[in-house]
Amino acid sequence: MFTAQNYIKPKSLEEAYALLQKRGNRVVGGMQWMKMSSAACAAVIDLSELGLSGIKDEGSAFSIGCMTTLRELEQDPGISAFSQGAVKEALRGIVGVQFRNLATIGGTVAGRYGFSDVLTILSVMDTQVELYKAGRVPLASYLASPPDRDIVVRLIIEKNPAAFTYLSVRRTRTDLPTLTCASSLTQGPGAYLRIAVGARPGAARCVEIPLDQDLCREFYNGKPERLEEAALCLARKEITLSGNLRGSAQYREHLLEVLVRRSIRQQLAKLTETASFHESRAPRERTHEE
Amino acid sequence: MNVTINVNGKDITDTIRPDELLIDFLRSHGCPSVKRGCETSNCGACTVHMDGKAVLSCGILAVRCDGHQITTLEGLQDEAKEIGGFIADQGGEQCGYCSPGLIMACIAMFRENPSPTDGEIKEYLANNLCRCSGYQSQMRGIRGYIAYREKKNG
Amino acid sequence: MGDYIENAERLRYVNHSFRKIDAEQLITGKPVYTQDIAPAGCLQIKLLRSPYANAIIEEIDPSAALRVPGVEAVFTFHDVDQNMPRFTEAGQTYPEPSPRDRLVLDRHMRHVGDVAGIIAADTVQNAEKAMKLIRVKYKVLEPVLDFHTALDNKVIVHPEENWEALSDVGADRKRNLCAHDACGEGDVEQALSESDVVVDRVYHTKAVHQMYMEPLNAFCTKDAFGRLVIVSSTQIVFHVRRNVATALGIPSSKIRVIKPRIGGGFGAKQTSVCEVYPAFVTWKTGKPSQIVYTREECITAGSNRHEMEMHVRLGGMKDGTIRAIDLYTLSNTGAYGEHGPTTVGLSGHKSIPLYHTKVWRFCSDVVYTNYPSAGAYRGYGAPQGLFAVESAVNEFSHRIGMDPVDVRLMNITEEGEVMPAYYGQINTSSRLRECLLNTARMADWKNRYPSWKVTGDDGVTRVHSLGLSLAMQGSAINNVDVGSATLKLEEGGNYTLLLGCADMGTGADTILSQIAAEVLECPLEKISVCGADTDLSPYDSGSYASSTTYLTGRAVLRAAKELRMNIIRIGALLIGCPEKDCDFDGTKVYQAAPSESGAYSEKEASLFDIAAKSTGGNNIPVVVTATNSSEISPPPYMAGIAELETDLSTGESWCVHYYATVDCGTPVSPALARVQAEGGILQGIGMSLYEDINYSADGSMVENSALQYKVPARPDIGKIHVEFAPSDEKSGPYGAKSIGEVVIDTPPAACADALYNACGAYFRTLPARAEDIAMAAAGCGEP
Repeated sequence: MFTAQNYIKPKSLEEAYALLQKRGNRVVGGMQWMKMSSAACAAVIDLSELGLSGIKDEGSAFSIGCMTTLRELEQDPGISAFSQGAVKEALRGIVGVQFRNLATIGGTVAGRYGFSDVLTILSVMDTQVELYKAGRVPLASYLASPPDRDIVVRLIIEKNPAAFTYLSVRRTRTDLPTLTCASSLTQGPGAYLRIAVGARPGAARCVEIPLDQDLCREFYNGKPERLEEAALCLARKEITLSGNLRGSAQYREHLLEVLVRRSIRQQLAKLTETASFHESRAPRERTHEE
Repeated sequence: MNVTINVNGKDITDTIRPDELLIDFLRSHGCPSVKRGCETSNCGACTVHMDGKAVLSCGILAVRCDGHQITTLEGLQDEAKEIGGFIADQGGEQCGYCSPGLIMACIAMFRENPSPTDGEIKEYLANNLCRCSGYQSQMRGIRGYIAYREKKNG
Repeated sequence: MGDYIENAERLRYVNHSFRKIDAEQLITGKPVYTQDIAPAGCLQIKLLRSPYANAIIEEIDPSAALRVPGVEAVFTFHDVDQNMPRFTEAGQTYPEPSPRDRLVLDRHMRHVGDVAGIIAADTVQNAEKAMKLIRVKYKVLEPVLDFHTALDNKVIVHPEENWEALSDVGADRKRNLCAHDACGEGDVEQALSESDVVVDRVYHTKAVHQMYMEPLNAFCTKDAFGRLVIVSSTQIVFHVRRNVATALGIPSSKIRVIKPRIGGGFGAKQTSVCEVYPAFVTWKTGKPSQIVYTREECITAGSNRHEMEMHVRLGGMKDGTIRAIDLYTLSNTGAYGEHGPTTVGLSGHKSIPLYHTKVWRFCSDVVYTNYPSAGAYRGYGAPQGLFAVESAVNEFSHRIGMDPVDVRLMNITEEGEVMPAYYGQINTSSRLRECLLNTARMADWKNRYPSWKVTGDDGVTRVHSLGLSLAMQGSAINNVDVGSATLKLEEGGNYTLLLGCADMGTGADTILSQIAAEVLECPLEKISVCGADTDLSPYDSGSYASSTTYLTGRAVLRAAKELRMNIIRIGALLIGCPEKDCDFDGTKVYQAAPSESGAYSEKEASLFDIAAKSTGGNNIPVVVTATNSSEISPPPYMAGIAELETDLSTGESWCVHYYATVDCGTPVSPALARVQAEGGILQGIGMSLYEDINYSADGSMVENSALQYKVPARPDIGKIHVEFAPSDEKSGPYGAKSIGEVVIDTPPAACADALYNACGAYFRTLPARAEDIAMAAAGCGEP
């Protein structure tokens, strides 16, 4: 059972940071994962009175306060539009609405949770983690770094246009994922395809495949095979997989291939969709019966 | 620690442990509808509203709710009878242990989305496990309630 | 007046749906469960649990724990005579078939999670703090962790001399054998050798957790007479009384057991898993005490379904005739034998009798291992056996290239037939054939079997496929179970119905009231239900073995008829007519037939006046108790077809439609019967596809929380379609049989066959996990 001797709502980040340097003190986000642990905290530091909640569209970037809940992120129209719904897709399987109304993005990032859907989609975006002392670091470096005593203040997602996809495999639809896979694809000079894989079961890892002219031309002509092979080759090399109760290493290796190929095919389908956007994008009728 | 939490419209001031969970605070302050079914945020039987939003009371410290408004089914008895009545007409409440949490989640859902599709209902209520019903009768009840409300509101 | 459904059109309460009589209290969240009514100030109990699968406590020192403020007591094996008679937690009729193999606190730890100490403190927090301070020195022993090698293993799970089996179930503790049986008819080997095709396969089902939403919990106080009053979330108040009395070594006259509303049971609460602890603490300290299991304790130390391995040999001819069925079941009862000897029987006796083959054999061994004890879960061995036998019938159909529906139409047992493998009982009522045909029609089997492809909005093509299974169960344990009801006419002209069975949320209290209302011709509101309480309720075995509607229902029917007669007797006195000429219409007694002189009396006696008369100068009883036991256990039948949507690449498989037709006799409440079916089917689907229990090498459970052990949530299930084909069971109240358990039985074999029809591989171990499906579809070996 999780226990705490004291509970403090600091009035400033400096105060919070100073408190966090004491052994046994911990910052609490939404507390969803922490409360399942048997952590014995000297003091719980609650940042909820520091105005760190909410999503701001700052023109060239989104700024997401650490106390923003996963549900707020899921429902943010700006993020949804920018990610073409991929962020929403990454969030909808996380336990349920009540859970997402509590769990925070700061807690998710600071926990560096291997099973995180959110960290997987954020990994293919240009995401920076703003730490109180260390300042801004790219998400990938943050995830690779060992636990520290700094405070995640906010996330910054630069609005570099890209097409995004998100896929996951789960034992049941609201279970933690067995494997997650996000992709982003840019166009024009310096175009790249990024693939991030999470729940390996370790934290999400991202690889970037530069799109040279040949690869681009083939892909745009509806032949994704060579891009798939290139992405898989790199992913297999860079992204290590292992087994846990949700799946063996062998199963995850199998899923990696399936999800990488599907992501690239979805990217291709999105290209086709964008091309015919003006003709066919009538809103789908909602029906009561599925 | 001293806290004042507004529960169903009434301020309750008490001294609590820093690690006391909201569910335990509520159950010891006249809200037995709030149920514990797991300790891992999965079952939803402890669902209450915090400042109008559905949350898991087993997943939040009571002290964080200091100065906030908490609503439990004790504060929404008319809604419980109305929505729950449609579920009960189908026999869908069964053992009833998950009913308060389910109805709290339903009320939150209808505030956000007054006429959800079946898919939206399933997704919104995914955090409310029920082991008795297979969910079918509850869906029939919820659909019945939506139809009734749409008819009532013209 | 008739009991049967020939009079269906005249029935006003039976075969009609009503809101459950407790519905309003439940949906408005009123304090009606055990935890809600526990008195303030109960000592809170926590259990110190063994980290080892097999160990002897060499030393245990609670002194540091006792110094924690608020700690009242710490009990260890030193507080229990290790040579006293042992007890079982199984809720079964005396003499229990389950062995008496437990002590409240035993020096020998037999599974990870076995109880080494009991801590009672003012708060849960202090009890947990104290628990960490108990110093234990274990002598770790080699555990038995493979149930295949448990029999005659050199490690004996129960070496103690005071182990006791009250019933002859073929047990031999020195061989780790909890039970053994063998039965059959005809020459199986010859029939198999004469068969065109023999399906010879081994099927395996793992432990499954019931996941009732209300955790196991109980509290205990002492009454004015110094007796223990145990309030518990239980299905079996009378068995709890005996089990606790045996465990504490005190007379059962010192114990009263009460159950309030129950937040689901599904068989889990047919075992007195947690009641002995508060009883022990209150007996020792004299103070009220309470225990609430965490979900982790419920899963790891509750009473999950028995893991079973079933070897089936099914022989048949190319024309589809089944010649012989041979089944050997190996059941893993874990460290203790709760329900071990009895669950295994259902694996054969509720599967083989579906078919009228004259040659069959059923042998079984139930073995002790160092895993947590198994117990009762809806279906009670039948889901395991039906998974095996129905899968074998499906595999047989594929081998001979016949439609599995046609194979079954050729072979199923019909009404009126003797069922040798069902203890020689006659099939008194069955519309199994209609169930099968109707379900095939619902699923459009003819046009859609076996599979087809569907491409989703996401561009991924998935396979839809169908799979079929039949099922049967029983209705109560014949010649054992006893159902009783006491019905009272109260002063105001209303009734009280005292019951000893348990409404687990199923609506039993409502259904039994409907039966009484039918006889007494009164609205449901006039009947109050009270129970279960060992001091007040008439004896009832409890709610298990699909017994409540069928068995207690008939007791209610008898009590209501007798009370009705007595009401007429009092009324006849009041109006001065001979009893035989009078009748009762629910509100008054009146003269219904002319007197000998041909005259009718104008006088009537209202129920109110009759009730008033019963309280003054009355010798005619208006409290009537009826008891019912049955010589037969008529099976309910069912056919189920799963329509799965499977992503062959990822292995994810979802049940998008489930079609089922149930013959439960007359559904007393069609709405509640339907919910029983829908709920049971989803539990069966969970067992088939998602719910997975595995153990680490040290014997500890991996999926030990609701986070890791996944039961289906709302998005995991499509639509469940249920229809009824009621037969008329003459021995049941108004033609009713049971429904509670049969409904969980069809999904395992139906889902396995649908998966075969999706990917060509046969899944003989449940659950068929996404990983298994993906690997099989990718051709990485047999699952």
